[in-house]
Amino acid sequence: MAWQFSNDRPIYIQVSDQIVSNILTGVYKMGEKLPSVREFAVIAAVNPNTVQKALSELEDAGLIETQRNTGKFVTQEGSVIEMARKQRGEMLAVEFLKNMAALGYTAEQTIKLLEEAKKGEEISDE
Amino acid sequence: MSEATLECRGLSKYYGLNAALHNVNISLPEGKIIGLLGPNGSGKTTLIKLASGLLTPTEGEILVCGCKPGIESKALVSYLPERTYLPDWMTVLDCLKLFQDFYADFDYERAVSMLQRLQVPAHARMKTLSKGTREKVQLVLVMSRRARLYLLDEPIGGVDPAARDYILGTILRNYCEESTVLISTHLIADVEKILDEFIFIQNGQVVSYASTDSLREDLGKSIDEYFREVFRC
Repeated sequence: MAWQFSNDRPIYIQVSDQIVSNILTGVYKMGEKLPSVREFAVIAAVNPNTVQKALSELEDAGLIETQRNTGKFVTQEGSVIEMARKQRGEMLAVEFLKNMAALGYTAEQTIKLLEEAKKGEEISDE
Repeated sequence: MSEATLECRGLSKYYGLNAALHNVNISLPEGKIIGLLGPNGSGKTTLIKLASGLLTPTEGEILVCGCKPGIESKALVSYLPERTYLPDWMTVLDCLKLFQDFYADFDYERAVSMLQRLQVPAHARMKTLSKGTREKVQLVLVMSRRARLYLLDEPIGGVDPAARDYILGTILRNYCEESTVLISTHLIADVEKILDEFIFIQNGQVVSYASTDSLREDLGKSIDEYFREVFRC
């Protein structure tokens, strides 16, 4: 299944986002070898140059490392991955608050709603 | 930086008084997948036929890796026409042998393995194959050459969406980094993910030539949306 992309953002950014997600959710594990540029291009059904651009962004961010002649690997630095996780979490939280604000919820109401939802989930878990 | 893979200077082609292309100036670098996009009758096929040497310019010139279309350029260009031209009575394997005889850069093994992956029966005659399968054979032949410039005229027009994905995958898997692929199509949404750059052409003139990323960065639009805007009827 090819990856899905939205129309409003450059594809390389969406590709790098998707790779970050895959690292954070453990599809690509710490220190693990990543698919080659060409393989990524086929998996995501995008241009190899786009993949290259996405990977070099991730390399700049320290999330992946190139080992000479053997390819690209997920970093072994747990702290870098945790930082990426924190960034992603913050981004989602801000986006969520914005969407709720558009619905007319204040931040406090949203938090209250979240706590209620959490309770509801705990009850259904039992 | 080496010379452009495809260069047009003041290129025009007239059919009688009709200008199919008028004063096209464009220079395509190596290593890119480029979409040639435009409404029907905008000159896409004419440009591709000029590059492949099937047509001669009325004015101006067109150069492939610095060569005028001719014997040298034809060795560098792998061309997929709109229609398949392989004779009905040939088997798929016959077609492979024909290409091997014609083109020094044809990779026979690669073609065989691609056909196997596409589950095309090698011993079937072309006339027994469906339109989509024939198009697959043709594309396999074209992509099995190690060319500098691939000219693909509507490579996904006649096939179903699943085969479309496969064909685009085939293009991604098989073009080499130094080559340039020029794809003409109006199925923009299907191809735009794999394009580095795109050319909009209308009434025989280049309306815009830009990179896919810059369009999204500057205008926040996909090529498909932009196309609908520029060519609104």
